[in-house]
Amino acid sequence: MTSLLHPSEKSSAATERSYADHARPLWQRILITRESAVVVALVAVILYASATVPFFDRPITMTYLLLDVTPILLIALPMTLIIITGEIDLSVASTLALASVLFGVLYDAGMPITVAALLALLAGLVAGCLNGFLVTVVGLPSLAVTIGTLALFRGIAVGLLGTTAITDFPDAWTDWASDRIGGGDVPQVMIPFVVLAIAFIVLLHFTPFGRGIYAIGQNETAARFSGVKVVRTKMILFALAGLVSAAAGIYYTLRYGSSRGDNANGLELQVIAAVLLGGVSIFGGRGALPGVIAGVLLIGVIASALRLADYTADVINIVTGLLLVASVASPALLAWIGRRRRPRSAATTPGD
Amino acid sequence: MSTAVAAEPASTRSRLKSLLQARETGIMLAFLIVLGTATAINPNFLFSSDGWRDLFLTPSILVVLAVGQAMVIITRNVDLSVGSVLGLTAFVTGRLFVGAPGLPVFVVVLAGIGVGVLLGLINGLLVAYAKAPALVITLGTLYVYRGVMLSWAGSDRINAGDIPSSFLSFGTSSVLGIPSLAIVSFVVLAVAAVCLRDLRGGREFYALGSDPSASVLYGLPVVKRTLIAFAASGGLAGLAGVMYVARYGTISSGAGLGMELEAVGAAVIGGVAIFGGSGTVLGAAIGAYLLTTINRGLPILGIQDFWQRAVVGLLIIGAIVLDKVLADRQHRKLMAERD
Repeated sequence: MTSLLHPSEKSSAATERSYADHARPLWQRILITRESAVVVALVAVILYASATVPFFDRPITMTYLLLDVTPILLIALPMTLIIITGEIDLSVASTLALASVLFGVLYDAGMPITVAALLALLAGLVAGCLNGFLVTVVGLPSLAVTIGTLALFRGIAVGLLGTTAITDFPDAWTDWASDRIGGGDVPQVMIPFVVLAIAFIVLLHFTPFGRGIYAIGQNETAARFSGVKVVRTKMILFALAGLVSAAAGIYYTLRYGSSRGDNANGLELQVIAAVLLGGVSIFGGRGALPGVIAGVLLIGVIASALRLADYTADVINIVTGLLLVASVASPALLAWIGRRRRPRSAATTPGD
Repeated sequence: MSTAVAAEPASTRSRLKSLLQARETGIMLAFLIVLGTATAINPNFLFSSDGWRDLFLTPSILVVLAVGQAMVIITRNVDLSVGSVLGLTAFVTGRLFVGAPGLPVFVVVLAGIGVGVLLGLINGLLVAYAKAPALVITLGTLYVYRGVMLSWAGSDRINAGDIPSSFLSFGTSSVLGIPSLAIVSFVVLAVAAVCLRDLRGGREFYALGSDPSASVLYGLPVVKRTLIAFAASGGLAGLAGVMYVARYGTISSGAGLGMELEAVGAAVIGGVAIFGGSGTVLGAAIGAYLLTTINRGLPILGIQDFWQRAVVGLLIIGAIVLDKVLADRQHRKLMAERD
């Protein structure tokens, strides 16, 4: 009962995939995927916007785009792994706020800023472990658990600071959060992000641990019987999500120079939207990190282009929502069109 | 005759026993404890006319949302768009009052509910025909509906002056000491409870939620039920939007923001299992009462209301842990009986 999917659809989807995939030549299997579709869409939007939207091709646009999407980029990494196992974590933005508030409160209380940052990271780790404990050891559905901890962590963050904000952080730290590499156009914060992204890509795509993540998402029972340590894997993933969210919280605090209880309110939905847009299946067992990174950047680029073209945030909301719906609805729509064009020729699945 | 008399105490006893074991009793008890504690510290919490009114008035909108949400969750779906639907229908209602002042109030109310049903149907159609999970679809429409409302509303907001005073006075009026809006929510609750308990269609919601593939094999109208569940949730969110206008008079862009999680939280606290197939709308409604009453009670207990969301989070986690413990115990008991 850990998957968000009806069992019947899951098994049929799995069988379809494993046969159809290997029926095609290698180059098709590599190039014609959900992930490359997102990358193509990203490149197309960038080219189109550079040609039509004034100022979009300026380097400063990219700098601010990257600075703005960094929290989403960071949190999307562990979120991808969690969704591939068939679980979900809605509490990430609340963990971000909790870390941000603790960082601010501890620093304000006279603690050295490094210690405050480390304690905030530790709090994120504990928060992630609490999620992991409730999901794996107690055996509760992650959707319900993390709706609970979403309220709990945000509640503690708001409770600690009320409506006040802490804003007096040392300049050296706040400058670091928006400085560029060597005075160029790429923000410095991309360095830790790229390191982290490579670590996550290696972890997911090139280690037995990563194969275990896919196995859990495909069929948890089968994974357990083939020796995947399901409880340990999920525990580690939720802990990582807490830790990375806390790191994003510290970055968020420094970037905007403000530690507040309502920091990044609702960010969890943006992260999940970006991950799903990047080709990760909400049913688990499917998806890849390069696609997710492209998905986050795609939403960021569209938002930034629309903003430069003088559209307001509401249009960006509509576009994000439509993209998300279209990305999950399009396979069914294409299959439906295919069935109409070739009636009776395609094999029908039983019980469909 | 004598057998009937003899049988009666046994049936009342078993009825009493099932009442005590019901999931709703526990949550009701929690609600009464919160109410009792707050009242013991400050009698005005319950016994002043304002306190009595707020007890019923404050939760009424969330009750309507939670009832709709419970219906969707019972079919093993979820509707994250209700907060945005509430905002959009509240805005439609307000615009109709401003743009067509001559329109009778009940037409405006029906229009608000109708828009809600339409938005719910869009969710339902996408979920049923695109075979996509409700979580993703309604997350998408959450953004779209909110975006439509914002781009339509722009920066203008609707104020109490634009709304007919008869409609606003309905929002604050009472019948026999019970606020009218609370009566609306009770009617919604009663109708939904009867439909889910006694009607064939309602029972099919539970069947669909407990085992979707079995429902398909059994020949239940799965698509139709999914559409009805989402249309009902949308329509109730529409009604909640209309109630929002009656209650507050002003509609800003933030109307209903984040309400979806409160509605899901109320349903989960009230014992509606997140994977469908069990729970009642009554439980969800009591969950909504518990949430809002805690919110109002915290300052009286000497806790700053900033901590309210933390308490709500603990409650949700406590409720699902309790459900899990109860389910495990039931499972063990059944296993023991079988052996």
